[in-house]
Amino acid sequence: MNQSTKEVLMFDERSPIYRQIADTIRSEVLNGTLRANEQVMSTNQYAAFYRINPATAAKAFAELVEEGVLYKQRGRGMFVSPDAREQLRARHRERFFTDVVDPMVERARSLDIPLEQIITRIEHHRDGDRP
Amino acid sequence: MTPTITISDLHLSYGRTTALDGITLTVNGPRIHGLVGRNGSGKTSLLSVIAGFRQASAGSVELDGQPVFENATALRRLCLIRGSGDSVDHDWPTNRVRHALRLAADLRPNWDDDYAQALVDRFQLDPRQRLTELSTGQRSAVGVVLGLAARAPVTIFDESYLGMDAPSRYAFYDELLTDYMEHPRTVIVSSHLVDEVSRLLESVILLDHGRLLLHEDAEALRGRGAAITGEHGAVAEFVADRTVLRQQHLGRTTSAVVYGELGPTDRDRAAAAGLDVDAVPLQDLFVHLTAGADQ
Repeated sequence: MNQSTKEVLMFDERSPIYRQIADTIRSEVLNGTLRANEQVMSTNQYAAFYRINPATAAKAFAELVEEGVLYKQRGRGMFVSPDAREQLRARHRERFFTDVVDPMVERARSLDIPLEQIITRIEHHRDGDRP
Repeated sequence: MTPTITISDLHLSYGRTTALDGITLTVNGPRIHGLVGRNGSGKTSLLSVIAGFRQASAGSVELDGQPVFENATALRRLCLIRGSGDSVDHDWPTNRVRHALRLAADLRPNWDDDYAQALVDRFQLDPRQRLTELSTGQRSAVGVVLGLAARAPVTIFDESYLGMDAPSRYAFYDELLTDYMEHPRTVIVSSHLVDEVSRLLESVILLDHGRLLLHEDAEALRGRGAAITGEHGAVAEFVADRTVLRQQHLGRTTSAVVYGELGPTDRDRAAAAGLDVDAVPLQDLFVHLTAGADQ
């Protein structure tokens, strides 16, 4: 992770910070920024970098180890699991329709946008054209 | 060994004013604890008694089972730095920054001279300058240097950032965090600037009117406040069996701040009732918890 990430990643006070850290690492694995078997920062590096309590960072890492996104190597640190990305993608695929499609349809209805129009738009995407 | 501070039914009165009204609390480490509360809630009084600067009117403060008051052994393991550096020890007005550092070096068994010099540079202090000639911010910075370089097993900063500008305050937070990680110890930080310090904290001690309101894991607290907004009747029904800290009405819309974690079932119920659920920042949660009669 580089300095510019720090500018983008601003934790807020509205939810537990460890959850925000875990979400950040998950999305970095998902979008390929963190690769399989790549080492992640240590708890202390993470804490110093983001000015957070090390116990908070440790809690995020513990959650990710438990999920299987990260694995620990004694004396060396934490690494991204080989199947982390695929595992996260599977989980997001399961939720895609309830999290993304259903709310979109609901919003379209409230705006009186006919479903046909949405389908047409999606077909444009399938043909690889910019709508 | 990691020190444990045990506070039992602590009372402190100044004449007819009650500053601490029965506080029972265990503070252990290695951990960074935040002490928060409104003006006059008893923060400075509590820290003064913990550090042995004041004698309790009733109750006790013990460090690993030993009373702290007039106990030289316990006091060597405790370091309290107060705001604007009034705990910067000096005997006469001609004393300079380097004299304060030398005195601390003599008094503090774990004093790290190299680290103290590095901090002096970082805060751009001049060791030759007279203590009486320092600005409030510079005096605070001297206090921070003394508190960090002392490496006392119990290190207490009571509003130690007074008069410091934002870059100096962040330098303080960075140094506190990195030095704590290299030399884990029990740290208590009292502050009004909750938004600035809250991420450094592992636990939060909230005082109100001389009493302990809560002592909680900071991360647990962050998930504990929620603002419920929607149609008046629906909000009223949803919050009926909850602790409501504050309610506001605007036309037919009501917004209620509730205290207590909302589970997935609660959130589904709120969504089904057409209610918006927003998280509440820690600072706001403290304001609501301690607002009392004047809100």
